[in-house]
Amino acid sequence: MAKLKNLEDYRDAIEQCVKCGACRAHCPVFGAERREGRVARGKVALSKAVLDGEIGLEAKVLEDLSQCLLCGSCCAGCPNKVPTEEIVAAARRRIAEQQGLSTFGKGVAAVLGRPKLMNALAKTGGALSSLLFRKLPENSGLRLRFPLPYLESGRTLPPLSARPFRERHPERIAGEASQPTVAFFTGCGINYMYPEIGEAFLKALRFLGVTVIIPADQACCGLPAVSAGAGEVVEKLAEQNLAALSREPVDFVLTACASCNAGLGKIYAEMGEPFEKLAEKTRDIFVFLVEMGLPEKLAELPSRGVKTRVTYHDPCHLRTRGITAEPRAILRALPQVEFVEMENAGTCCGLGGTYSVYHYENSRKIGAKKAGHIEESGAELVATDCPGCIMQLQDAINHAGGRQRAVHILELLREALPEEK
Amino acid sequence: MLDQRIIRDLQATLGAEHVATDKADLICYSYDATQQQYLPDVVVFPASAEEVALVMKIANAERIPVFPRGAGSGFTGGSLPTRGGIVLSTERMNRIVEIDTENLVATVEPGVVTEQFQKEVEKLGLFYPPDPASLKFSTLGGNVAECAGGPRCVKYGVTKDFVIGLQVVTPTGDIITTGGPTMKGVVGYDLTKLLCGSEGTLGIITRIVLKLLPLPEAKKTMLVLFDSIDGAAKAVSTIISNKIIPTTLEFMDGRTIDCVRQATDLEVPDNARAVLIIEVDGDREFLAKQVQKIQQLIQPLGVVETRTAETPEESEALWQIRRSVSASLRKVNPDKFNEDICVPRSKVPEMIRKVDAIAEKYNIPIVNFGHAGDGNIHVNIMIDRKVPGELERAHKAIEEVFRGALELGGTMSGEHGVGIAKAPYIPLEITPEAAAYMKAIKKALDPNNILNPGKIFLD
Repeated sequence: MAKLKNLEDYRDAIEQCVKCGACRAHCPVFGAERREGRVARGKVALSKAVLDGEIGLEAKVLEDLSQCLLCGSCCAGCPNKVPTEEIVAAARRRIAEQQGLSTFGKGVAAVLGRPKLMNALAKTGGALSSLLFRKLPENSGLRLRFPLPYLESGRTLPPLSARPFRERHPERIAGEASQPTVAFFTGCGINYMYPEIGEAFLKALRFLGVTVIIPADQACCGLPAVSAGAGEVVEKLAEQNLAALSREPVDFVLTACASCNAGLGKIYAEMGEPFEKLAEKTRDIFVFLVEMGLPEKLAELPSRGVKTRVTYHDPCHLRTRGITAEPRAILRALPQVEFVEMENAGTCCGLGGTYSVYHYENSRKIGAKKAGHIEESGAELVATDCPGCIMQLQDAINHAGGRQRAVHILELLREALPEEK
Repeated sequence: MLDQRIIRDLQATLGAEHVATDKADLICYSYDATQQQYLPDVVVFPASAEEVALVMKIANAERIPVFPRGAGSGFTGGSLPTRGGIVLSTERMNRIVEIDTENLVATVEPGVVTEQFQKEVEKLGLFYPPDPASLKFSTLGGNVAECAGGPRCVKYGVTKDFVIGLQVVTPTGDIITTGGPTMKGVVGYDLTKLLCGSEGTLGIITRIVLKLLPLPEAKKTMLVLFDSIDGAAKAVSTIISNKIIPTTLEFMDGRTIDCVRQATDLEVPDNARAVLIIEVDGDREFLAKQVQKIQQLIQPLGVVETRTAETPEESEALWQIRRSVSASLRKVNPDKFNEDICVPRSKVPEMIRKVDAIAEKYNIPIVNFGHAGDGNIHVNIMIDRKVPGELERAHKAIEEVFRGALELGGTMSGEHGVGIAKAPYIPLEITPEAAAYMKAIKKALDPNNILNPGKIFLD
């Protein structure tokens, strides 16, 4: 099986950094804490020093390398397109190889592949979600993204769903023969935390007559494990997903989570064959809906009197992959929505998976800026395309004392589509 | 290595968290855009002029070199700690202290990022024109220290034309102010102008008083393709001699166009051998007339095609061709020397021909683009350091480029400064007498030569 690249494999990419400093304008972490070690240029310089043996994996190096959201903003703004997030992820894997995984990384590796346990626990009830979180098996992407320290941090979290999304539905939901067949990669956020987003997803695809396959044994995409430096875990999850998603022939694998989209679409592409083919089939839900002509179909729906003012937050993992127009196209087409742009819609919300666990203070600082821009936009709702961002945005808004609600665009789409018979 | 006692003194002065000695921190403050690397012994992050003064007093007493640093985005090594010692980062001094909308004056700390400042004043309908290519990340302190330029300098002038006052910590640790918030002021020597572009060798800037303008109502951008560099250059002088001063007059030569063809979505016809990006700003009605007049004037000069942008998005699309240059150059060769010579604007075509001849003589690709309106040409000498002998040939080529610019009445740096990169070539441009005059100033102000030593002049 193909493997993730080593830090050594990135030597040429590291040499591409001409130290111009352009990343200083784009890095959200640097925006919160203005120190050169926090910005891409610094991390690339440290990675090079590690490769050249000029510095060991000492505490300060680990700290600087941990201070990265892996959002890819630096690469998107880099004149030479130096893939700093890939370099940092590779450096974290090297750290894990040499010094072992962090406590929670170890837990991940130990209990991999026990979805039945996760489901059983989830069923015990959403009311005790904080307790439940404690009991979530550690292979859950949720656990990886939002582990225990969260619960003691004053963070506001949504309740966990009593019944996971994938248990509510059969593996195959047949549509019209003339329409494509797609696999729905639900991701952990939708499956365990926001099943209503999954329901909205199905309603939209039923509206278009698309056949949906929901493989029950799909796993976490692996992105949180990339962030933790748990390379082997990523590779195992990728294999499990490859098997689950290739059992039935599908035209596309759809995601409704920016992180899952990057996990399947970008990380798997870096791993080469056979994962590359899965990566090629992966589509963000709104890219697919636009290709299916949904905006035109929405335009035919009756207009609504009072419109809700909605702004859009670009999840990093879509924006840095060039997906910015399609979610907006759907939002603009919704009959009940008045779309407004906010300032800095494209800057990170500050979650960054494990980043917000280890560096909650910086994560809050980044989130607070976002909450300010949402407030200034005058919107009642901030819509986005990533359950992780929804959670972080809502937390940031709550802390800022704002009244806005963070939602997935699919939830708004569900409202707009006609009731099913 | 610095004595631990000195580190303790610095920690006691600034707080331990604002004094960095970890190897990782030293590596992170060891470079700039020249890609040369010198490790400092310590990095300090003062938050005020008083703290900077205390650092300078310690450094002066102990004879430790101090290297002030903004964003570290300079092209000539001005902030590199070439002799170890203290890197003094201004990253914590990043407040916009005041924007005085009545007097059109602003006071800022040196660590404010240029674009952030521009955005803040623009919200108030005001305008700070200097726009170095690095404006999204470079700091105003660095801009002043290097006297940064940019495309809009044709019409508005360079950084020093907007600096009317400074607060500065002297090399011996005193805090002084120069100039002030008035538009006029002729009491004493004009130290403000002396310090602008002094590359952090005469004092550390801790506050800057900037002049502002009203924000122009609108702007229009034109992308004009010419069949020769002579046509483009003639267009520049024709426009200006007809008493139109555009905001920007950017040019790209034929080699640059060849580089960017694949890197941009804009179609560039094969017979285009030079590009001008002309931008005008001001009153909306007046702009339309101005664009029309420019088009009439330049049409006979070998214009292949003209594209005009009406909206900010269209304008951005036209600028994209210019912005794609930097990345596309790497396809020519992995390493580059970006020299920024400046010649009288009528001499631009002659200079380009000289550079082409130098490129041929040394068999090194040289790509030219820059600010035609003020004769400031970015001469990009593209090499592969790994190829034996190429670096040596590049250095010879660079010297010939400088000599060529000086022969035409120009200078070897329009906006990047001297730093360490151009220090060896200083005698080509500055006579021994003038150099002695400058060195006397440095000697008088910094008797122990501790502030950014080894920059501008080899010593």
